[in-house]
Amino acid sequence: MQYLPNILFVIALAAGVGFFVFNIKKLIRNIKLGRDEDRTDNKAQRFKNMAKIALGQYKMVVRPVSGIIHVLVYLGFIIINLEVLEIIIDGIFGTHRIFSFLGGFYDFLIAVFEIFALLVLVGVIIFWIRRNILHIKRFLNREMKGWPKLDANLILYFEVVLMLLFLTMNAADLTLQTKGAEHYASAEGIVGAFPVSQFIAPFFENLSIPTLIVIERAAWWIHILGILVFLNYLYYSKHLHILLAFPNTYFARLKPQGQFDNLEAVTNEVKLMMDPEADPYAMPEEGAEDEVPAKFGASEATDLSWAQLLNAYTCTECGRCTSECPANQTGKKLSPRRIMMATRDRIEDIGKNIDANKGTFKEDGKQLLDDYISREELWACTTCNACVEACPVGINPLSIIMDMRQYLVMEQSAAPTDLNNAMTNIENNAAPWPFNQMDRANWISEN
Amino acid sequence: MAEAIKVPTMAEYMAQGKSPEVLFWVGCAGSFDDRAKKITKAFVKLLAKAGVDFAVLGTEESCTGDPAKRAGNEFLFQMQAVTNIEVLNAYDVKKIVTACPHCFNTIANEYPGLGGNYEVLHHTQFLKTLIKEERLTVEGGKFKGKRITFHDPCYLARANRIYEAPRELLEKLEVELVEMKRCKTKGFCCGAGGAQMFKEPEPGTKDVNIARTEEALETKSEVIAAACPFCNTMMTDGVKNKEKEDAVAVMDIAEMIASAEDL
Ligand code: HEM
Ligand code: SF4
Ligand code: SF4
Repeated sequence: MQYLPNILFVIALAAGVGFFVFNIKKLIRNIKLGRDEDRTDNKAQRFKNMAKIALGQYKMVVRPVSGIIHVLVYLGFIIINLEVLEIIIDGIFGTHRIFSFLGGFYDFLIAVFEIFALLVLVGVIIFWIRRNILHIKRFLNREMKGWPKLDANLILYFEVVLMLLFLTMNAADLTLQTKGAEHYASAEGIVGAFPVSQFIAPFFENLSIPTLIVIERAAWWIHILGILVFLNYLYYSKHLHILLAFPNTYFARLKPQGQFDNLEAVTNEVKLMMDPEADPYAMPEEGAEDEVPAKFGASEATDLSWAQLLNAYTCTECGRCTSECPANQTGKKLSPRRIMMATRDRIEDIGKNIDANKGTFKEDGKQLLDDYISREELWACTTCNACVEACPVGINPLSIIMDMRQYLVMEQSAAPTDLNNAMTNIENNAAPWPFNQMDRANWISEN
Repeated sequence: MAEAIKVPTMAEYMAQGKSPEVLFWVGCAGSFDDRAKKITKAFVKLLAKAGVDFAVLGTEESCTGDPAKRAGNEFLFQMQAVTNIEVLNAYDVKKIVTACPHCFNTIANEYPGLGGNYEVLHHTQFLKTLIKEERLTVEGGKFKGKRITFHDPCYLARANRIYEAPRELLEKLEVELVEMKRCKTKGFCCGAGGAQMFKEPEPGTKDVNIARTEEALETKSEVIAAACPFCNTMMTDGVKNKEKEDAVAVMDIAEMIASAEDL
């Protein structure tokens, strides 16, 4: 029975990591349901963007308050994870503070972890206050009701509990070491330095060693199990960004924001139309049919590219895009954040549908257009790129809006009447207004 | 034009077996919209004053396709693009200047993929070069010391990172430039982009141009400087809506320079 805790730990670890891997595989499968798009060019620039925007949190600090607090939480998370490594090794082998052989450096590390744990705690509490007490507009839009709001708070509660457990565990451990408890005390004296938990330790002074061991073990177990649960929570949450921010910034668009891609399928058709030599009745070459896309633009999440779906899964729901969006800020229904959230909801639903139907999608009578994103939202966009500029993780909500407009116009001829008039004018007289092209130079002689 | 500045067409140049230094792409607004035509004329006066050898396409120019593309009609866009590229390539055009950021963006970024490769400049960039080369001189004149704010066009500042050239021109006019709280790459749209110019806005609490005009009016400027014919219309309408047209003018930077020089 001596090894029972070790065995239980290994089982918990395997289950936690296993389920996480299972979910990540599903995530990758879902992203690959998107259309192909080449985002592998210019690797040097891509690495630079990832280093600057994700690793360096470059765009976060544009909003100094939330930005700087986030940097603290982010750094704290990365640094404290080094300690999780020790926790895992101790758990598997039943050791006590396996890295303590590092001596003075170990003391330094533990001290740093503790200080960061405190900073994370403070940061997360400020985040909570901003979300729940201060009425910050970007947290209050209609798409933030219900689950998204609960999700945001759950993440913060998780962090608070984890940090408190970490500090409690250290405080109990310190007290046990001081009392010379077997397994905890070391010949070298106290291992680790505890600049924060030393202030919790006095509360434990009068407890017996067995009680302390129960507290220390309980904190240790709940902490590591909590981390495993949190790891598996990511897939269902906007907190997925802590992983996806990196690939997403790597694969983000590099072209000038004003440059919208030219649809190749359209280019081919236009060339055919403009080329007097082309024979419209010619038999298509073998396999050529496959190259013509089934439809122009996007009415469904799977018509979007994998990069756009990766965008949707990466969205932190921070609303920086929406708070800069001219349509949203003047009361229109459009919110670029909601575009991303709706896209993620739809591709998730498609994924679930595929899982439930043994690997093939069964028609569910729904699609991204109309059932998740309304036409009113799509037509409110001024294509100003403010959302793209604002996003701290390199997401492009505008590209989804544009693809869906393309579907509405090219597949359904469903543009608003005024726009149809403007387009007819362009077609007939080469200007969006009903003027004759032959009058185009009249301004020269007018006064 | 009153002063009868000669505006030659590419066809005329071609007939003489010559080619101009630069093609002035006028754009639909610049050709047909009464307000925008004033910008076109002001810019032409500056070109003439600087002795620039330029030409226009005249009746051979047609819409770049920007509003069609951004409305979602990729097909119509590419038809327009291919037609224009054919004309431009037939004249062997190398360098294009335009006073419209939408034309600028489309020709500079979206035409190369369809076979149209040109050096494209926004008129604020071109004017800046003319001044630098001392072909054009600008002195403060009537705008000296006046409070002026500049509204960045989305397709210039954010989409193409051009926000210094217009500001340098305003500096030459010796104005007191007062920035709005959202400016440069973080500027707030006037509401015209994405083909919104040609349709009614969706239901909301306010029109975008009113929101932006309010921000501009907060700076207590005498002139709202613009660098796009569509922004110009939107801001002019906004100022009228706020009944401030007697106190605040909306002017293109080219107009400001031409008027400072009493052209
Ligand atoms: C790897 C560890 C990370 C951790 C532990 C972490 C943690 C958090 C937490 C707790 C929040 C919620 C804040 C709130 O409630 O307002 C948050 C939000 C956010 N995170 Fe992260 N994050 C990490 C990585 C990143 C990275 C690499 C980026 C990329 C720049 C990023 C961008 C964001 C953004 C944009 C928000 C929305 C916050 C806002 O401005 O309101 N995070 N993150
Ligand atoms: S591009 Fe469209 S969605 Fe994005 S900020 Fe501008 S108006 Fe809003
Ligand atoms: S798209 Fe970007 S800016 Fe908008 S909510 Fe998502 S993460 Fe934030």
